[in-house]
Amino acid sequence: MVDHAAVGKSGDWFEMEIEKGKIHEFAKATWSTNPSYLTDPSPVCEPTFLTTMIFWQGPSSNPWDEVAMDQERGLHAEQEFTFFGAPPRAGTRLKVRSTITDVFEKEGKRGGTLTFAVMVTDFLSQDGVLVAQSKLTGVETSRPPEEPS
Amino acid sequence: MTESVPPPLVIGPITMTDVVRYQGASGDMNPIHHDDAFARRAGFPSPLALGMMQAGMLATWATDWLGAERIRSFRVRFIEQVWPGDVLTSSGAVARQYEEDCERRVDVELVCRRQTGGVAVLGWATFCADERGALS
Repeated sequence: MVDHAAVGKSGDWFEMEIEKGKIHEFAKATWSTNPSYLTDPSPVCEPTFLTTMIFWQGPSSNPWDEVAMDQERGLHAEQEFTFFGAPPRAGTRLKVRSTITDVFEKEGKRGGTLTFAVMVTDFLSQDGVLVAQSKLTGVETSRPPEEPS
Repeated sequence: MTESVPPPLVIGPITMTDVVRYQGASGDMNPIHHDDAFARRAGFPSPLALGMMQAGMLATWATDWLGAERIRSFRVRFIEQVWPGDVLTSSGAVARQYEEDCERRVDVELVCRRQTGGVAVLGWATFCADERGALS
C-alpha cells in the first residue's frame, strides 16, 4: 500500500562512477553494436544507463522504499532521462540523490484505483553542476493484474 | 533533414536469457521477471519482460540513427506487457525540428510493438543536431 507521507523524502547523497565495462555490458543487454558505446576510448553511456545507479545506491540513499509499493502489484509506468549536454562518459564520477516528488491516484479505465508515485534523481558533476536527471513513475493497482491479451 | 529513417530494429523471439541478461546488466533483480512461482503468485501466467529492456531497444534504435552523444532527453511510457516468445519491432519518426538554447534540436517519437501489433512501449526523445544543422 503506497504511503502518501513519502512525498518530499530524499535519500542520502551517494557517488556513482560511470564505468566503461558496464557501458559495454549494458550495450550488449540492449542489442546495441554502436561504436559510440563499444569502441570509443571514452564512451558516453546509453540513454537508459543511469538506471544502473541501483548498484551504487545503498538502502539509506533509496527513498523509493518509503513509497512502500507492493512488489506483486507494482509496475513501472513511465521513465524519463534528461541530459544537460552529452550523456556522461566513462570515467565520470557523479554525486547522486533521489527524492520522492509526488504520489497521486487515478481511477483505472477498467475500474479500481491506480496509485502513482514519482521519484526524481539528480546526477551532479564533482563541482556540483547538474548533468542529468531521471524521473521514475511507478503504479500500484488495487487488484491483481489482468491476463495478457 | 536529408537522412532517411533507418529500418526498424526487430528483436526476438525474446528468451528468458535475454531478460536475465538485461536484469544483470541493469541491477533490477525483481523476481517477477525470472521466477515462475513468484510471477504466478502475482497473477501472471509466467514471468514477464522488463519494460526497461524494451526501452533499451528503443534507445538503441534511436541513438544508432541520431547519435549517442547527441541525445538530450529520452522518455518512455510502458503500455502492454511483453512475454518471452514475443517478437518486438522498434521504430520511430521525426516529430519536430526547432531551435533551443542556441542549438538545433529534433524531437522524435518512438514505438515498440509486439508481433500482435499491440504497443508495448511509447517513447519520446530529443537530440541536438550538429553545427551544420544536419542529423548524424
